[in-house]
Order: sequence, then structure tokens, then C-alpha cells
Amino acid sequence: MHSKAISRLLTAFALAYLAFLYIPVLLLPLFSFNDNIYITFPLKGFTLKWYEAMVAAQPLIDSLVASVQVGFAVSVVSTVIGMLAAMGLTRYQFPGKGLITSTIMLPLVIPYIILGISLLSLARQVLDIDLSLWTIVAAHVLVCVPLSMLVLIARMEGFDKSLEEASLDLGEGAWRTFWRVTFPLAVPGIVSSFLLCFSTSFDEFVLAFFLSGNQPTLPIYMYSLLRFPAKVAGALALASCILMGSIILIVFAEWYRRRGIQSQQEGLI
Amino acid sequence: MSDVMISIQDVTKAFGPVRAVDRVSFEIERGEFFSLLGPSGCGKTTLLRMLAGFEIPTGGEIYIDGLPMSAVAPNHRPTNMVFQSYAIFPHLNVRDNIGYGLARLKLPKAELNATIDRALDLIKLSGYGDRMASQLSGGQRQRVALARALVCRPKVLLLDEPLGALDKKLREEMQLELRQIQREVGITFVFVTHDQEEALTMSDRIAVMSKGQVLQIDSAAALYEQPNCREVAEFIGTMNVFEGRLLGVQGGIARVDAGPAGELLAPVNGAENLAPGALVSVAVRPEKLEIAASRPANGNAITGRRLAEAYLGDRSHYYVGAEGISKPIAAAAQNRRRALTADAPGETVWVHWPVEAGVLLER
Amino acid sequence: MAATGAIDSGGRPGASGWDSLRRFWRRRPGLRALVLLSPALIILLVMMVAPLLLTVALSFATQNGFQIDRTPTLANYAMLFSPEGNLYRILIVKSLWVSFTATVAVVVLAYPMAYYLAFRVHRRKLLWIILITVPFWTSYLLRVFAWKVILGFNGAINSGLIWTGVIDKPLEFLLYNPTAVTITLAHAWAAYAILPIYVSLEKIDRSLLEAATDLGDGPLRRFLRITLPLSLPGTIAATLLVFIPTVGDYLTPSLVGGTSGIMVGNSIATLYGKANNGPMGAALSIAMMLAITLVVCAFLVLIGPKRLRRQAG
Repeated sequence: MHSKAISRLLTAFALAYLAFLYIPVLLLPLFSFNDNIYITFPLKGFTLKWYEAMVAAQPLIDSLVASVQVGFAVSVVSTVIGMLAAMGLTRYQFPGKGLITSTIMLPLVIPYIILGISLLSLARQVLDIDLSLWTIVAAHVLVCVPLSMLVLIARMEGFDKSLEEASLDLGEGAWRTFWRVTFPLAVPGIVSSFLLCFSTSFDEFVLAFFLSGNQPTLPIYMYSLLRFPAKVAGALALASCILMGSIILIVFAEWYRRRGIQSQQEGLI
Repeated sequence: MSDVMISIQDVTKAFGPVRAVDRVSFEIERGEFFSLLGPSGCGKTTLLRMLAGFEIPTGGEIYIDGLPMSAVAPNHRPTNMVFQSYAIFPHLNVRDNIGYGLARLKLPKAELNATIDRALDLIKLSGYGDRMASQLSGGQRQRVALARALVCRPKVLLLDEPLGALDKKLREEMQLELRQIQREVGITFVFVTHDQEEALTMSDRIAVMSKGQVLQIDSAAALYEQPNCREVAEFIGTMNVFEGRLLGVQGGIARVDAGPAGELLAPVNGAENLAPGALVSVAVRPEKLEIAASRPANGNAITGRRLAEAYLGDRSHYYVGAEGISKPIAAAAQNRRRALTADAPGETVWVHWPVEAGVLLER
Repeated sequence: MAATGAIDSGGRPGASGWDSLRRFWRRRPGLRALVLLSPALIILLVMMVAPLLLTVALSFATQNGFQIDRTPTLANYAMLFSPEGNLYRILIVKSLWVSFTATVAVVVLAYPMAYYLAFRVHRRKLLWIILITVPFWTSYLLRVFAWKVILGFNGAINSGLIWTGVIDKPLEFLLYNPTAVTITLAHAWAAYAILPIYVSLEKIDRSLLEAATDLGDGPLRRFLRITLPLSLPGTIAATLLVFIPTVGDYLTPSLVGGTSGIMVGNSIATLYGKANNGPMGAALSIAMMLAITLVVCAFLVLIGPKRLRRQAG
């Protein structure tokens, strides 16, 4: 049948597409166990020496720690700001709501190179502040707040507004209502926002590159390795670890998110 | 202690150019079961939310137990609300839901538990304390919402169409239960509904609203038997309306030239000060009508031909089409004896009623 | 009904000063919303609006040795339009072209995948969605890195082809040129395109498709007349989502582009850095953003009237 042939073609395409998505990236772990300083076929032999070197490399460890610190700070700040903004946008009606929402989303469409360089000018020439991890945090917060807000708006619109009114009606003030009702119900969104902001910040290169001081973040460190063919092999082990780590994190995050949606559907959120 | 619990004075709520509530004034008495009745969009829910504090009047003032409420936030008002969606907290179990409003009072544990147990008894859900909201049926959630509000001992309980989502039988049970609970607890209830049967069953007094204004406030019987305007008359129950012109008033009885319906008489109660020639209607309820083969001596009568008949089990509706009158006249009668046979349609009959059974309304 | 008594049911004395303040606060929900939104808006103002304004201002200055001459002038922009600025113009056009090709490749390949996921996958949809999303989440840097590894002179493709005897000498044209950049971009941004297209396909009311079939359409006609138009919003979103960021991409050209494959982003960075001509870099930045905006507007205009025509007929 005509449509059966199309179906088979589509399935073949889908599988080929998945292969296209994954194979290039999976080459990295493949070669990370290869006993060869050049990344080339045929494979020479199995080795863990790249991993051993990676664990011992102090600059790598430092940059990893820096990235984690930055990521954590960015997630916390962005999620808080995003949560406040989401509450403002979902719980109130006022003119210009669409405009304000679009404006807060703007950082997502400005090319990072221009943002990075503009922020650099602002920091160095106008405000005369030193570049450091904090300048990176500030820049990342700018691009993560829209993401956090998107996630949290989706979550906040999902639950019954009269729950908060009920809490007020029963005597709780705005502050306690937030902690007793809004926050517990928003938790899945908060966790998603956290993960989203953390991974965006952790992986982000351009803004970090232009706004870093003495301490590089992990992408900056990796970039420095990649510019020199001799050092590329060493970066492989690092790349593979990051890959595996993020896959585990994502699978967990998706599973957690699906659980949230399920409870939304069977409960009365 | 004054008898008046809620005083609504010239209250208006405008959303842009639209007035959801338009200069409404009335009072609700202490301990009353008071209903706000009207079609969707009439302003009843907006008015209720203004009592609760979730909407702020654009004009006028609301007093609860003598105190003005305009500066008072919802969480400080002596009111509690049962929401249309019940708003049961999904992340708390039944006990915690019921005890929610008491948490900040920091009562000793024994007392708190005793209060919650009493509440569970009142709503007949003892033993359900540990269940989560998702494990309750609609009717059970509704009762938890009620208990949660009552436990805070409000002076006024506000109910926003709480029975709308329940099926017919459950709804009728809950109507009786709510009435009983209100009598036991003695709190003033303000109940919003669009279902006139519900309002008639449960309330001491009903305010019929339309397009932001209050048309009539009265007991159920008074609203039904003596509506003060056509809108109220047609909203509550069914009403046969015959339009015409006032010919004259004598001894409290008005004579109306009702065109094709002939000359009709009706007692003048609400519609005073009408001059001859004014456009009026004579309205009469279906159950007040009788059908006879020939014109009776007294009372109003209209001739016409039998149309269809609707059998509703406990009663039947008979429809008569009269010459020149567009809408069929509806007469209702209880089926006291087994009504298996119907008189033939097409037959010419007379529909009649005693003069006192009708009511005169402005057109 | 006069207000008597000093104590209301909440147990608070009703002092009129506090009351009018409270009333003011309660009457203005818009004010409360603004307070909640203020941190986000402040961040936006300080971290995005201010720097961008600074850049615009800088573009009107000129570099004078180590100093920046702040007298406003259009010299930089004039340079861009003059014969000396030819290089920059070509660079912008090249970047737009590379981006465009990569975007077309990404969207054209992603559409059938999204279609498959929306219409042909019935069980284990979650698994597929995770499989599609995972690459979206892995490091962009890693994806570019992978292609550097693959396309290199001694990289995976070359060594693989030599090893299997297909060629004798390594192919030189694989890496360090615009094509390498295009291929890498097409792969790295693939995941960004699938999700918007998938979501918009998934949202299509299946009864519309049934109605079309009922009214006589075969699968192809139904696809062209119903599915494609209804999935257009998602597809357009995907196109913009890939095109706009890739024009100014810095990372990919710098790793796999070599000298011939550099794009506007690299040039801007060089101007600010090694070439020490910040004002020129600023002007180039503004020019690039204007170019992107123009192309996007032209694209939307092109799509717009077509959609209206399709909906009418």
C-alpha cells in the first residue's frame, strides 16, 4: 500500500536521523579510550590514560569547580527572579502584559557575541569593574531569566488560581500563602528551571569567554585545549565525562518532569 | 447587636466600560440563608467576591457587622468562602486542609485535632482524614471545602455555586444538608447560584439579579407568587404572559385589554401608579390554569385548541394554542389519578383561572 | 451604617493613615505586579539595554591610537559602505549565506523527523522524545568538537576512508572552510529545530485530517493542504530559532572554519581585541544586527501573504 511504503521510508529516515544526531558525538567517548594521540582510525588499543591525566590535571579541576559554582549561583538567582516574574505575569492583569513578556524574552534573540562584547565594554570602560566569575554569573543570569520564566509560567498556569485565593480567604497573608501553597505546588517547575539554568550556564562559552577574568570556566578551558591538535586527545576524556554526566542528568530531569505532569493530570492541580 | 450583618451601599464594580455590578444596595440579616440568583453574567459572583475581598468595588461601600471593608484584605475579613472549584489543596490531606486556617493560631495539638474531628463528623467524613484530595469524589471534596471554611468560625459564609458540579441526586441531598448545617451553626450564609429551584429550596430570602442590578429581594414564595417585574416573573419558574393595555383600575383590580386574549382582570399589587393606556402584562403560572370544555362563569378565560402534551411523571403540561397569540399557553396539573389517556389534540377548549391567581406587571 | 468601634474582627485597630495606605495598595494590583516584575526588568535594563546602548554609542566614536575619540561621527558606517569596507560587506553576506544554508538543511531534515514522531510513534513516545532531546542538552562545544575530530586532516572520515581503502591520501577540503562550518552548524543546531516543529504538528486536531480524507483527499494532498499549513507556525519558529543565533556564531567558525571560514562574529571579536578598534567593532555589530533583522522581516513578509492566500483558498 502506498502509505505503508511511506511509513517504512519515514521509519528508516527517523532511524538514520537519530544516527546522524548521535554518531558524531559518540565518536568522542570512542576515541577517549583509544591509545593514540591523534584522533584517527584505525583504533590502536584500549587505554585509560587520558582519563588518568584528566583527573590529575589541576587546571581542569579548577575550571570544573568554577563552572559548578557559576552554574549554581546562576540557577538560584535566575530561578528566584524568574519565579517572581512568573507570579507577576500569571496572577495579575494589567495593560502591556504581552509587551513586557516579549521584552523579558529579548535576551534570547540577541546574538551572544554582541551581548558579550557590549557587556565587556560596560564592565571595563564604563563601570571599571574587574572581570571575574561574578561578571560571568551576571551575564548568564541575563540569558537564563527568560528561560526560567518560561518554565515557571507554564507551571503556574497549570494550577487552579483559586487555591491561593482560598488560602487568603482562610486567613493567611500573602507571604505565608506563598510558602504554604504556591511554592509547594510550583516545586516541579522550580526544579526544572534550576536544571535548565544550570546546564545552560555550565555549557555556555561565548559570554563566559568575554567576561572571564583569571578563572576560566570549563568550556573556556576546553576551548583552549581544542585549539592545539596535540592537546585535543586530552580533551576527549573530559568531553566524554561531560557527555555521560549530562545524559544522566537529562534522563533524570525528563523522568522527574513527566512525574510532575502525571500528578497534575490525576490530581486536581 | 443589630440585626443587620451585611450592608451593601451603592456598590458598583466596573471593568472598563462594563459595569458588572451597578449601584446595588441592600442588607442581609444575621443568621439568614440569603441567595444571589441570576443568569450568567448578572454580577452575582462579582458581588460575592467583593464581599470576600477578592474584588474591590469601584464605588460604594460594604459593611460587615458594622465595619467598613474597603481597607480590609481577604485574609482579615470575618468571612470565609467555599469556592466553585472547591480549591482543595492537592498537596495536603483532608485533615490538613480542614485545619489550614487554624494553623497560624498555634492551638495546642489536642484542641486542634478535636476541632478537626468535630468538623469531620459534621460533614460525615470521619475516618477520611488521611486521604489526599485526589482520592475524594466531587461531593466529598465539596464537603471538605465546607468544613474548612466553617472551622474558622466566620461571621459570614460565602458559597460560590458550590453544587454546580454535582449530579442531580447528590445535589438535592447536599441542598438539604447545607440548610441543616446552616440552621445548626447559625452563621449567615450568602449563596450564589443560577439554578432557581436550588435558591427557592434553600433560602430565607433571594436577591434576583440581572445585568448588574438587583431586580427583587423577597422570600421564595413572594418571588414566585408576586414577581415585581417581567424579568423576575419569567426567570423563576414558567409564566404565561399576556400583553395588553390598561383600561382602568377598580377596587384593586385592573382591567386589561389583552388583544387576542380578550379582556383580562388581575389584582394590582406591585405595579401601582399606572394610568389607563399604559402597556402592561397579565401573568399567570401554569399550575393556576385549568382547562374546561366550556367557558366558566367567573374568572379569566381564553379559548383555544389543544396542542401537545408533556408527561413528566408527577405532573403533566398541557399546551393550548390561542388565535393571535404566538406562544402556546402552558397549563400544568398534578397527575392525581393515573393519567394514561389524553384528550384529543385539536379539540377546542377554554383555559381559565381565578382573577386572584394572576398578577399585573409592567410590560 | 456608621463605622463604630476601634477593633475589627482581625483584632487590628483601624488607624486611618494605615488604612488609606492599605487601600491604595489593594486597589492597585498593577502596582503589585510591577513590584514582582522589577528584578527581571532591572536585570534587563542594566545587563542588556545599557550595554546595547553603549555599543550603539560606541559605533559613532572612532579609535585614535590607544584612545577613543568620542566625537560623534558616521565614519565607521561610512567605512562599511565604502570600497575599503568591501571585506566587511562580504563577510556579512557570507555569514548570512552560511547561516541560511545551515538553517535550510536543519529544517528540511528535522521536519520528517518531527512528522514521524508526531504521527507514526504511538508507543514509547516518551523514549523517542528523550532520545531527541538529549543531543539538545549536551554541550554545544562538544558537538562542534566532534566535527573537528571527524573532519580533520587526520580525522575520523579521512582515516576511516584510508583505512578501508577508499582513498589513498587524506581529503583536504573537509576542514577549515565555510563548508565545514555549514555542516557543523547543521548538525549542532538540529535538535533546536525538531521540538518546535514537533509541538506544532502534535497540536493538529486529528479530526481535521479525518475530515480531509472524508472529503476526498489522498495522503499527499492532505499533507500539503492541511498538515503543512497548520504546522507552519512551528516551522517558522524553528527557522528563526536556528537562523538568528547562527549568523553571529563565534565558536563554530573559530574551531572548524580556519581562515576562509570565519564569520562576522569572529571579525567583531578581533576588532575589539587584537585589532583594537572597538568603535569599528561596534559599528559592525550594529550592521550585523540590522542585516539579520532585515532578512528576518523579508522572510516573514514573504511567508505572510502566502499564508493568507492559502487560508483563503
